[in-house]
Amino acid sequence: MKKKILEQKNGGQKSPFAVSLKSICKSFGPVRANDEICLNVSSGTIHGIIGENGAGKSTLMSILYGFYQPDSGDIQVDGKAAIFKQPSDAIRLGIGMVHQHFMLVPNFTALENIILGSEGKMGLKNGLQNAKLKLEELKSTYGLEVDLDNVTEDLPVGIQQRIEILKALYRGARVLILDEPTGVLTPQETDQLFEILLALKSEGVTILLITHKLHEIMAITDEVSVMRQGKMVANTLTKKTSPEWLAEQMVGRSVLVNTKYESGKVGSVALSADGIGVTDKRGFDSLKNATFDLRSGEILGIAGIAGNGQSELLSVLSGITPPSRGNFRINDKIFDSKNHCSPGLMRELGLSHVPEDRHAEGLVLPFQAFESVILGYEKNPSFGTGFFTKPEQIQAHCARLQDSFDVRPQNPTLISSQFSGGNQQKLVLSREISSAPKILLVGQPTRGVDIGAIEFIHKTLIKMRDSGCAILLVSVELEEILSLSDRILVMNSGEIMGIVSKANTTKAMLGKMMAGIPLEKAIEEKN
Amino acid sequence: MQASRLPRYVDICVIPILNLLTALFVAGIIIAIIGENPFTALSVMLKGAFVYKGGLGYTLFYTTNFIFTGLAVAVAFHAMLFNIGGEGQAAMGGLGIGLVALSLGGILPVLVVIALAILGSALFGAIWGFIPGYLQAKRGSHIVITTIMFNFIASAIMVWLLAGMLMAPNQMSPETISFQNGVMLWQFHDILNRLGFDIGRSPLNLSFVLALICCFLVWLLIWRTHLGYRIRATGFSPKASTYAGYQPETIIIITMAISGALAGMMAVNEILGVQHRVILNFTSGYGFTGIAVALMGRNHPLGIIFASLLFGALFQGGAELDFEFQTITRDMVVMIQGLIILFSGALAYMFNPMLEKLFLNEERLKEPNND
Amino acid sequence: MTDFWFQFLLALDSTLRVATPLIFCAMAGIFSERSGIIDISLEGKMLMAAFVAAATAYATGSAWIGAIAAIIVSIIASLIHGFACIIHRGNQVISGLAINILASGLTVIIGIALFRQGGQTPTLPRTSRFNSLELPFVDFMEQNVPIFGIIYKELLSDHNILVWAALASVGVTFYILFKTTFGLRLRAVGEKPEAIDSAGISVTRMRFQAIIIAGILCGLAGVYLSTATGAGFVKEMTAGKGYIALAAMIFGKWKPVPALFACLLFGFLEAVAARVQGVEIMLIGEISSDLLIALPYLLTVILLAGFIGGVTPPRAIGQPYIKER
Repeated sequence: MKKKILEQKNGGQKSPFAVSLKSICKSFGPVRANDEICLNVSSGTIHGIIGENGAGKSTLMSILYGFYQPDSGDIQVDGKAAIFKQPSDAIRLGIGMVHQHFMLVPNFTALENIILGSEGKMGLKNGLQNAKLKLEELKSTYGLEVDLDNVTEDLPVGIQQRIEILKALYRGARVLILDEPTGVLTPQETDQLFEILLALKSEGVTILLITHKLHEIMAITDEVSVMRQGKMVANTLTKKTSPEWLAEQMVGRSVLVNTKYESGKVGSVALSADGIGVTDKRGFDSLKNATFDLRSGEILGIAGIAGNGQSELLSVLSGITPPSRGNFRINDKIFDSKNHCSPGLMRELGLSHVPEDRHAEGLVLPFQAFESVILGYEKNPSFGTGFFTKPEQIQAHCARLQDSFDVRPQNPTLISSQFSGGNQQKLVLSREISSAPKILLVGQPTRGVDIGAIEFIHKTLIKMRDSGCAILLVSVELEEILSLSDRILVMNSGEIMGIVSKANTTKAMLGKMMAGIPLEKAIEEKN
Repeated sequence: MQASRLPRYVDICVIPILNLLTALFVAGIIIAIIGENPFTALSVMLKGAFVYKGGLGYTLFYTTNFIFTGLAVAVAFHAMLFNIGGEGQAAMGGLGIGLVALSLGGILPVLVVIALAILGSALFGAIWGFIPGYLQAKRGSHIVITTIMFNFIASAIMVWLLAGMLMAPNQMSPETISFQNGVMLWQFHDILNRLGFDIGRSPLNLSFVLALICCFLVWLLIWRTHLGYRIRATGFSPKASTYAGYQPETIIIITMAISGALAGMMAVNEILGVQHRVILNFTSGYGFTGIAVALMGRNHPLGIIFASLLFGALFQGGAELDFEFQTITRDMVVMIQGLIILFSGALAYMFNPMLEKLFLNEERLKEPNND
Repeated sequence: MTDFWFQFLLALDSTLRVATPLIFCAMAGIFSERSGIIDISLEGKMLMAAFVAAATAYATGSAWIGAIAAIIVSIIASLIHGFACIIHRGNQVISGLAINILASGLTVIIGIALFRQGGQTPTLPRTSRFNSLELPFVDFMEQNVPIFGIIYKELLSDHNILVWAALASVGVTFYILFKTTFGLRLRAVGEKPEAIDSAGISVTRMRFQAIIIAGILCGLAGVYLSTATGAGFVKEMTAGKGYIALAAMIFGKWKPVPALFACLLFGFLEAVAARVQGVEIMLIGEISSDLLIALPYLLTVILLAGFIGGVTPPRAIGQPYIKER
């Protein structure tokens, strides 16, 4: 079935494919990011490309947009061979791209951002006026409502994304690539985006949707291609497939998405939060009135779309930022805005923290592994005496950790950045667990981590829980939350929508709460 | 900072030497263009720096200055701070020595005054590093700009004081009166003379020993202490530092104070070792040379000792050029210094792609990084 | 009172003279830094240009040929800066510093090799310099038009063409930066180079264009020093003016018109410093011109520390552009 589309012959007249890629290869140093990739995208369809983090989707799209040149292989647009040396070549042939991280100048107006690079004449004034007329037309055709005179950085992400789409259309894009467009959106914004995409499709625009979310593929695409470890492993019509089959193709074996672990033996309260709130520098309340208990021997999962207050919660509980309001208590110690808390103090109280961003926070990338593995713990007496550190002792410690966590390569002096994502995460986890914490805060433990390591990390967390550790797990992967947690706390816009036990909930109900419907209402709607 | 995939010895030895040779090669071309023989110039410089009587002493005297300012720049670099304020910090260090020596000389025993004067230089330098550090950490001012401005401010203060309230009476030039007899660091030729050796007069003094001790202390600080660990972690990744609870702001301030103290101690060599009074412009650009020294020495005390020696030889040899040539003066040394900063600093990675091709074909990476 | 008024006019007049090289350099800095390249090598480029202008003008007898040669050399210095920090992604501060130090060595060495006058160029005759232009009807204006007449004579007249060019460069910079396509792209490349790259425009090319313009402007500043106000090159004749211009540019928050006013303010301080030594002022006591000279630097530090409103430098400044993987 998957070969069917590939085998369609390229006829003599107009090609049925808006874009075809033939045997594309691209390596970064020793890493093969794209290996003999073939892809045909039919004109006027929405074509999904799905795969795990690091499967090579973004690299492939960057090649199609002219950001990178392939090491070998051919690109055809509308049946004609094309060579893209830089993005402008792709733009000229009607290819537009909405990047995962927006390519917008923060202090420019929407209009300035849209015309940047295709302004027309030397003087700016005319270009701006002409563009405005053309954009009004585009806006009404596709339902892309944007106030063109607003400064971009003040606009919500959903609107910024529309600016990106308008930017591509303004350049005459007939093929639109969207790279993980929903990662930063609320469910409502996602729905609006999908409406826009359907409107674009009805006007004949071909859309390439890159994602790692199965339900989005099922919801909106006509055809789907699956990538795994740099290879294209499947091409098929969406209606002929199922999420299960796609998931299997993504990871290369039947999936453990549904692995459910037994519930743990819950003990006494280890940490209790009472009305914690955080007001950020811009005066925005990013965390509001967070109240909950975390007990030893349980995993409390925090579900929610990225950027809904989870990071702030972790930041407060780990002692990095003091809460603006409310307090939290560990043992008999109470911490609030006045009573100073610090990460060092938290560690002394038996609280460890696996941060969300292991590249920026969890590791010091240019450090050798043995140096990264004492980050925050360098004063531990077994690593030296007095003010001084003893590298030999630390190296031995690191070697032991690498051995027991199966970190490869087992080399304490290798630079941290040279480990793979999974092995980096194991280094961080091993460090935080080696202090035998009573409370463990974990943020996005498996982001960008290969399947083998995911399983190892999950089992390690369960083992910690069973030994009586209280674990707070923040993850944007709902599957992961459902698989590991005993109780689930859902956050939206900095507020807790409710706390449910795993046994009493469904994915649908969690989804509603993530979209901002409080628990009581979610239950009512269900009945 | 780019993570290099080259073997360690290439990174530490081959590249710095290659960069240095490129700089010297370009300098040679320029000498040839103005009609002199670069090899003759080189031999004159080498003789001046090492062979002539007292030459080595002068070379090591300059070396001492560069060790202090080089260490200052290097310590800051470990926290990813660019301290170009060495000139100002050294000038203030001189002021510190002057104030201690002039106010306490004659009141306290000589040795105590000397010790306090050395501390004074470190303290005044530290303050001149602390303020830009504080402004960077707490107010977000760019450290490069602030330290540049502080050089000028320090220079204005020195002019104001030395031509004003600190100016020696009955004196035309802006300088203080001489320190009390004995408030000075012994010079090596004196010490050796008393032991019966004659090495020729040179200003080389005990500061040289102090500089070497500072090298060891800096090595200890950066690679063997908690604070050094925190400084490096903060330099490489401020976010990781925050996560670990090190408070990057505090680390930045402390690092800049240490850096300033080291630069300030350069004044010990010039003021306490030679002049025995505070004069104007005694820093003569050594603070900037410290940047070249730190870059060449790869911010490691051992590398800094070698780089300082090189620059010491250049300065002393450069002085020799004045006598031997009509057309080449010690400004040649300034130019070479510029070239070294260009090739070992700004263009430090110029040869990397070439060398990577050369070395990585043989040594394939064993473990791919698939992140 | 009239005497004070007259003195004030004269101070303003010399303010304009002192500020001219600052204005050129500040505009150069704006072009460079708005494109994301830190430029502390204003000083070095200006020094090289000053030397080349004087040397060439002496050899050819023409100030104009001198100016062209100076601009070319200043552009070459810019290109070295670009080669190091745009192509090889070197540290921009280090590269700038290298150019400054290189300039102070090279100008003297070549100066001695060419002229054997200790690093100076021979004094230029009036014919191979840019001379002051007396505006028409000066005396008529002074005698017949009250107030403005004397302003016309003392302040506006008798400046050389480069003073006017410096003032014009502010308007031109403003126009290019905010009213042209090129300016839009230039501002974008200093804020978010990825946006420019994904719009199909070369970041490298944009940044090179910006620093070449910076080179031209620094060149003019050098030309002014050695062949307009001065009559030849003197060792280290820029004397930190490049750094003051840098401070003025920051003080003007990377905007042309505020930067102009900062240059005039700093120029005014210098002009005043030359006049007030020993002058007693009520309540304050004797003003020290030594400290007055440090005032621009102090003001810049205070401004940067955010005590006089916020300053936001271009966001991508100092970072070499590397395509993300």
